[in-house]
Amino acid sequence: MAMVDEPLYPIAVLIDELKNDDIQLRLNSIRRLSTIARALGEERTRKELIPFLSENSDDDDEVLLAMAGELGVFIPFVGGIEHAHVLLPPLESLCTVEETCVREKAVDSLCKIGSQMKENDLVDSFVPLVKRLAAGEWFAARVSACGIFHVAYPGCTDALKTELRATYSQLCQDDMPMVRRAAASNLGKFATTVESTYLIAEIMTMFDDLTKDDQDSVRLLAVEGCAALGKLLEPQDCVARVLPVIVNFSQDKSWRVRYMVANQLYELCEAVGPDCTRTDLVPAYVRLLRDNEAEVRIAAAGKVTKFCRLLNPELAILHILPCVKELSSDSSQHVRSALASVIMGMAPILGKDSTIEHLLPIFLSLLKDEFPDVRLNIISKLDQVNQVIGIDLLSQSLLPAIVELAEDRHWRVRLAIIEYVPLLASQLGIGFFDDKLGALCMQWLQDKVYSIREAAANNLKRLAEEFGPEWAMQHLVPQVLDMVNNPHYLHRMMVLRAISLMAPVMGSEITCSKFLPVVVEASKDRVPNIKFNVAKLLQSLIPIVDQSVVDKTIRQCLVDLSEDPDVDVRYFANQALNSIDGTTAAQS
Amino acid sequence: MNGGDEVVAASADPSLPLEWRFSQVFGERSAGEEVQEVDIISAIEFDHSGDHLATGDRGGRVVLFERSDTNNDNSNGARRDLEETDYPMRHPEFCYKTEFQSHDPEFDYLKSLEIEEKINEIKWCQTANGALFLLSTNDKTIKLWKVQDKKIKKIADMNLDPSRTVGNGTIASSSNSNITSSCLVNGGVAEVNNSLPPRGISSLRLPVVVTSHESSPVARCRRVYAHAHDYHINSISNNSDGETFISADDLRINLWNLEISNQSFNIVDVKPVKMEDLSEVITSAEFHPTHCNMLAYSSSKGSIRLIDMRQSALCDSHSKLFVEPEVAGPKSFFTEIIASVSDIKFAKEGRYLLSRDYMTLKLWDINMDSGPVATFQVHEYLKPKLCDLYENDSIFDKFECCMSGNGLRAATGSYSNLFRVFGVSPGSTETSTLEASRNPMRRHVPIPSRPSRALSSITRVVSRGTESPGVDGNSNALDYSTKLLHLAWHPSENSIACAAANSLYMYYA
Repeated sequence: MAMVDEPLYPIAVLIDELKNDDIQLRLNSIRRLSTIARALGEERTRKELIPFLSENSDDDDEVLLAMAGELGVFIPFVGGIEHAHVLLPPLESLCTVEETCVREKAVDSLCKIGSQMKENDLVDSFVPLVKRLAAGEWFAARVSACGIFHVAYPGCTDALKTELRATYSQLCQDDMPMVRRAAASNLGKFATTVESTYLIAEIMTMFDDLTKDDQDSVRLLAVEGCAALGKLLEPQDCVARVLPVIVNFSQDKSWRVRYMVANQLYELCEAVGPDCTRTDLVPAYVRLLRDNEAEVRIAAAGKVTKFCRLLNPELAILHILPCVKELSSDSSQHVRSALASVIMGMAPILGKDSTIEHLLPIFLSLLKDEFPDVRLNIISKLDQVNQVIGIDLLSQSLLPAIVELAEDRHWRVRLAIIEYVPLLASQLGIGFFDDKLGALCMQWLQDKVYSIREAAANNLKRLAEEFGPEWAMQHLVPQVLDMVNNPHYLHRMMVLRAISLMAPVMGSEITCSKFLPVVVEASKDRVPNIKFNVAKLLQSLIPIVDQSVVDKTIRQCLVDLSEDPDVDVRYFANQALNSIDGTTAAQS
Repeated sequence: MNGGDEVVAASADPSLPLEWRFSQVFGERSAGEEVQEVDIISAIEFDHSGDHLATGDRGGRVVLFERSDTNNDNSNGARRDLEETDYPMRHPEFCYKTEFQSHDPEFDYLKSLEIEEKINEIKWCQTANGALFLLSTNDKTIKLWKVQDKKIKKIADMNLDPSRTVGNGTIASSSNSNITSSCLVNGGVAEVNNSLPPRGISSLRLPVVVTSHESSPVARCRRVYAHAHDYHINSISNNSDGETFISADDLRINLWNLEISNQSFNIVDVKPVKMEDLSEVITSAEFHPTHCNMLAYSSSKGSIRLIDMRQSALCDSHSKLFVEPEVAGPKSFFTEIIASVSDIKFAKEGRYLLSRDYMTLKLWDINMDSGPVATFQVHEYLKPKLCDLYENDSIFDKFECCMSGNGLRAATGSYSNLFRVFGVSPGSTETSTLEASRNPMRRHVPIPSRPSRALSSITRVVSRGTESPGVDGNSNALDYSTKLLHLAWHPSENSIACAAANSLYMYYA
């Protein structure tokens, strides 16, 4: 056994641990592969480390994943681009493991390396690798092959290019659906590198086969290909070859394929251009909005606004609006919820008059929906409508909706509406807020559920930021401070929490005059839990108030607390005292 | 085991009646040996190639067998090949490959429920990289297993002498404790980094891995699909797309992606709003062998539903319903119980569907929902005894069924370790009864030309048995506890594997 010099010892450990029984240690070593490579030097990295790693492909997935990632950035450690090819063998064997995430990482790294390699190196070593993987015995290799064609292809000779296209075409017809799926999802990428003459002649033929595949899972990946290929083709070819496919897909037997069309709609419209969108895709989209399957309608409803943006308002009102009306009373709550989350965005597209005439009734009916998510989604996008028609037309329905949500029996719903209160406040204005919402904010502060009380305290802070300290002084502070006499200690504690959040916003003066007396009073509470929270709060107030106040009031209060019978109170009081001393020391 | 007669049998017209012979037995019970409950086989499945066979037992173990008579077995090398060229073996023979503990008994603390380790079903997945993959399930949890031959590797030539390491206190802690070591390594390397010579340090060397020629199969659990079933899982089935599978319990069917174990989609839910209204449960479910969107499930009321996953995300409404037309005549208390379908299997091409209920085996054409194409009585002689069978709960036994790869025959089990093979092609009258023992035909003289199927020899055995109750001609008790529930047909050859308690019997024809 070799004796290792002292300074090299850590690296020696690192190298030995490449083969440790403990997976954590192996992972650690693999992640520091670059250090090992530098210690070994470029030549030995090429001749020893890389072959060693190539043998290592039966390790645990976590180790392989880390290795696949490291190798992608390893070119500098093997001596630069001209030696990049030595990295291919270990990555090739990682491309054949059965764990998908390892393979994907290896493919990523291969692409990174391949895109930097010189053309003749690419032909000498990268292209044969692609061919080997594509002819692999197991599907895992062939799946990986699909992802690296676009790197190999551009630098090839014409003969090789022809061969590669033929190989890809074979992968598109592989027996294994997994391979066909990989071929379908990578076709767009490959197509970007293929010359336009072959695009129509060969790539589109492969694409056509995939769009007619028996397996739904292959066809639905071909949907994405529509968008990618459509952008590569000349407009007239796109209309001739891709558009019919999209229209067919939108009427596919399988709801999953139709769902993909609905989901990808915007990209598909971009691919075929505005004219075809208006003439051919509007009817297709209307069909999707009226699909039998709720999942498809959910996806389609979620794209209403994006789609309408591509149309002129007249078309949208003529074709899409009737569907939207139907969807607003759809039997599935999830469809209504998806619609509610985007429909407010249609207001700017349709303009003021159409919004009032057509959309307002829909908004109002969604605001009364029995399902809280629908109402919440409408409320969350209020600002978009406010800009177009103002809030007045909505406010009458808005308030009951807000109040009902505020008192919903599910705390998550209450939590969600609290999050929107600052938005509502800014949109509705101070006047509306004072009348209607102020009381709710105080009510939340005494909610049964801690998360709601916490959110309510946070909400007060955000309101104070929104409307300014002066307003808060009038409308929030007195109500909050009243609660300090609440018989329940948890509610008294919420007052302290609210103070700690609001104090930085309210500033030194109000903190000293209003908050501090209340806090000092609370330090005499009978519940230790309150008392040590006072200590913590006082500590947080130190940076806000003047040094004189610290010395006069806060220190005395803390000293009292530091003699409390309760050990926790004493602990936090002493911590706060220490931090006072710390700041004083730093200042002096 | 080899000779001229077998060559004749193999080359014979496939529609001719088969003559079944004993091939192998694993775990045979010696006389007087008690069967341990945990050893009882509860699942049997051939893989798609027929080169592997898996069994699961009540003890949560999965045992794998590998075909030993084919050339593609490379573990034993050229000698076997040479032997086989001289004496070609004519029927599949299997040898033990490995076994592993797939499931352990668990306790659901939230529901105060014990979860048995018993393997309810095994399904093979696509082979990849020379490794075998299979799904196994107990009542609640499905697991994906990978079984691969691993060469034994030894590490030699380390930088640091392991023996020296042990002697040194600080170093020992570095290699044993993960935290200290990574701190040490990370901290230490940072210092060294700057001082590394450009050409590297020659005294450092990589560990040398010595690979031995011996290899042994290692099973690793790759994924656990849990917490998706409120009721007991009765079946799992792989989709032809190679990426999804279903799992069915009494009331629901869930769809999974093999690569995603933390979510599944409910595609069938037959749970009524009020559990008092429950009248029907799911008993078995299977994907169509080629159409990725189709699956069939059977119910306790004797119906089979075919659903199309393309139509809707929630497939509560079936696209086709297969149910036996109601027969006029007296209905007994047992009519509904014995109508319950215990197993369904698609034939290889997917056009025909085999179903087993308590008394019969039925063949359905999925293009014809008016009634079964053929019905085979499995043990008609039990009809007068249903009352006894109800009392000792045997009437709830769930017999499996299987179909030959060519779709010409089907097999299913019965009591007294008997199983029956029926010719299911139109016009075939083939029926044979075999016993899971070394001498399968001892109860039965096959008379292929027999005009009526219903009058098989088993009837005579039993009628004789009634004279001296419970004892048949071979003075074996007609025993309801020795039931042959699980069996599987080789995907491409006429070979059947069946489980009699803890023993696995294999037959060929």
